[in-house]
Amino acid sequence: MNPIYDFKGQVALVTGAAKGMGLATARMFAESGASVVLADLDGDLAAKEAERIVRDGGTAIGLACDVADEAQVAAMVDRAVAEYGRLDMAFNNAGIQVPPSDAAEEPIEHFERVTAVNQRGVWACMKHQLRVMRDQGSGAIVNCSSLGGLVGLPQRAAYHGTKHAVLGMTKSAGVEYAPRGIRINAVCPGTIDTPMVADMLKGQADAMAEIMKQQSIGRLGRAEEVAAAVLWLCSPAASFVIGVALPVDGGFTAH
Amino acid sequence: MGTAMVGSFEGKVALVTGAAGGIGLATARAFGDAGASVVVADSNTALLETAAAELRSAGHEVLAIGCDVTDRGQVNAMIEQAIETYGKLDAAFNNAGINCDGAPLVETEDTEFDNIIDVNLRGVWNCMKAELRHMTAQRSGAIVNCSSIGGMRGSKGRAAYSASKFGVIGLTRASALDYAEKGIRINAVCPGIIGNTPMAKRVTKNNNPEIVKAFVAAEPIGRLGEPEEIAAAVLWLCGSAASFVVGHALTVDGGILA
Ligand SMILES: NC(=O)c1ccc[n+]([C@@H]2O[C@H](COP(=O)([O-])OP(=O)(O)OC[C@H]3O[C@@H](n4cnc5c(N)ncnc54)[C@H](O)[C@@H]3O)[C@@H](O)[C@H]2O)c1
Ligand SMILES: NC(=O)c1ccc[n+]([C@@H]2O[C@H](COP(=O)([O-])OP(=O)(O)OC[C@H]3O[C@@H](n4cnc5c(N)ncnc54)[C@H](O)[C@@H]3O)[C@@H](O)[C@H]2O)c1
Repeated sequence: MNPIYDFKGQVALVTGAAKGMGLATARMFAESGASVVLADLDGDLAAKEAERIVRDGGTAIGLACDVADEAQVAAMVDRAVAEYGRLDMAFNNAGIQVPPSDAAEEPIEHFERVTAVNQRGVWACMKHQLRVMRDQGSGAIVNCSSLGGLVGLPQRAAYHGTKHAVLGMTKSAGVEYAPRGIRINAVCPGTIDTPMVADMLKGQADAMAEIMKQQSIGRLGRAEEVAAAVLWLCSPAASFVIGVALPVDGGFTAH
Repeated sequence: MGTAMVGSFEGKVALVTGAAGGIGLATARAFGDAGASVVVADSNTALLETAAAELRSAGHEVLAIGCDVTDRGQVNAMIEQAIETYGKLDAAFNNAGINCDGAPLVETEDTEFDNIIDVNLRGVWNCMKAELRHMTAQRSGAIVNCSSIGGMRGSKGRAAYSASKFGVIGLTRASALDYAEKGIRINAVCPGIIGNTPMAKRVTKNNNPEIVKAFVAAEPIGRLGEPEEIAAAVLWLCGSAASFVVGHALTVDGGILA
C-alpha cells in the first residue's frame, strides 16, 4: 500500500542525511528515482551512505556541511546544482538535541548551539534553496520540526523554541512562495527510533517506560515513516498542501 | 508524474459517503484507480446512480448505496451491506456534508443549526460507530473524516458550519487515541476553498466571477483547489505510508491557514 513515486530526473537534497530519518529519507528518494545529495556534519559517513545508495542502483553524492554555517550551506546548494543541474526537493532535517535543563539554569552555550543548528540552519538552507528554486519556478521544501514545535514539555525550552521557530519560517516562506510554484511544509516527528533517541535514552530504562506511556499507538515511530511523509509532501499528490505542520507522531499531539 | 499510486489499494475495500459529487466522487474515483473496491453512498440517490455508472464505466468495482448519514438505521444497513458484499472494510472517508447560507448567528434559524450539526457532526458520529465496530473486529482500518478550514478558524456568517467542523476534529482526535492501539488510524482532512464541486457552485452562486475572484484572492497559492487534491490526501492518510499518522487534521488549503 506504499505509494511509489516517480521522481526520475528530479534532484533531492537532504541535510543530516548520514543517520536516522535523514538517511531513511535520502534512501527513499533514491529508490523513487531521484538523484540525491546527502549532506551532513559527518561528511565521511554521508559519502559512505551515498556510495551504498549507488551500489544499490541509485544516484547520489555525499558531502560535508555544517548547516550552522551559512557559507557552507550556500556551497552545499551550489554543489548540488553543479552536480545535477537543478534542485527540486529538499528535506532540511539536520538537527540536534541539547540536554534537558531547568529553564532557570539552561546554559547560554546550549541555547546558542541548538538555535544555530535547528533554527538558523533551516533558515539558511531555505534561503539558498529558494534562490535556486525561485529561478526554476518550481520546487518543494520540507523542514524538520518536531512534536516540540507544537507543544511544550518540561526542561525543553531551548529545543522546543527552535522547533516552534521552524514552523514560523515554514508558514511565512510557505505563503510567500506558494504563488511562485514552490511548496514549503514541515514534518513534526513524534518519538522516532533513531540514533538521536537511542542516545537520549542510553541507560534510562525509566525514561523509555515513560515515553511508551504517551504513545497511544503502543510503539515508537520508524525513520521510514517520517521519510514516507516527506516524500508525500514533496510529491505532486500534495500540490494543494502549503505551510502545513504534519505530525508523524502516533497520536502524541492529538492528546 | 510522482503520483503513481495505481495498484496501491489492490484488494482493499473503501467506503466514501457523500460520493455522488464533488470531493466524495473524486475520492471514490481515486480509490478505484488505486485498485480498491469502492462503496459509494449518498442521500441523493439519483445523482449517486449517475456517479456509480460513471465509475463502473471506468472499470471500477462499485457498490452504490442510498444512505442518509443522519439516520442511524440507514448507516448501519449501509455498513452491513458493504460487509456482506465485500467481506471487510479497510478504509472509510466520512465526507457527506452540507454548508450554510452565511448569516450571523441571530439570523440563523435553529432548524438550520440542527440540520448542519445533524449531517456534518452526527453523520460522522453515526458512520464512525458503524465502521469502527467492524474495524475493531478486523483489528485494522483507516478512517478519514471531512472537516474544513472552517473547523480550525472562524469565518463570518458560518457559526453553525464552523461548530460542526470543529466538532469533527474533536471526534477525530479523541477517538484516534482510543483506537490507535487496536490497529485503526483515524484522521481528518481540512479542505481549503475547492472549486469544481456542486457545493462550490452553490457558494459562488454558480461561479459568479466576482465571488470566484474574491475566493482566489483568499488563496495564497493563487487558485482554488481541485477535488482530486483532497482525494490525494485522503488516499495518503488511508495508506500504509501514513502508518504513524494518528489523530491529525491535515489541512489541504493552498496555504490559507498558514
Ligand atoms: N528522533 C526523534 O524522535 C525526533 C523527534 C522529533 C524531531 N526530530 C528531529 O529530526 C531530525 C533528525 O533527527 P534524527 O533522530 O534522525 O537524528 P540523528 O541524530 O539520528 O541524525 C541527525 C543527523 O544530523 C547530523 N547533524 C547534526 N548537526 C548537524 C549540522 N550542524 N549540520 C549538518 N548535519 C548535522 C548528524 O551528524 C546526524 O547524522 C532532527 O532535526 C531532530 O531534531 C527527531
Ligand atoms: N468545496 C469546498 O470548498 C469545501 C471546503 C471545505 C470542506 N468541504 C467539505 O467537503 C465535503 C464535501 O464537499 P463538496 O464540496 O464535495 O460538497 P458537495 O455538496 O459537492 O457534495 C456533498 C455530497 O454529500 C451528499 N450529502 C449531503 N447530505 C447528506 C446526507 N445527509 N447523507 C448522505 N449524503 C449527503 C450530497 O448529496 C452531495 O453529493 C463536505 O463535508 C464539505 O463540508 C468542502
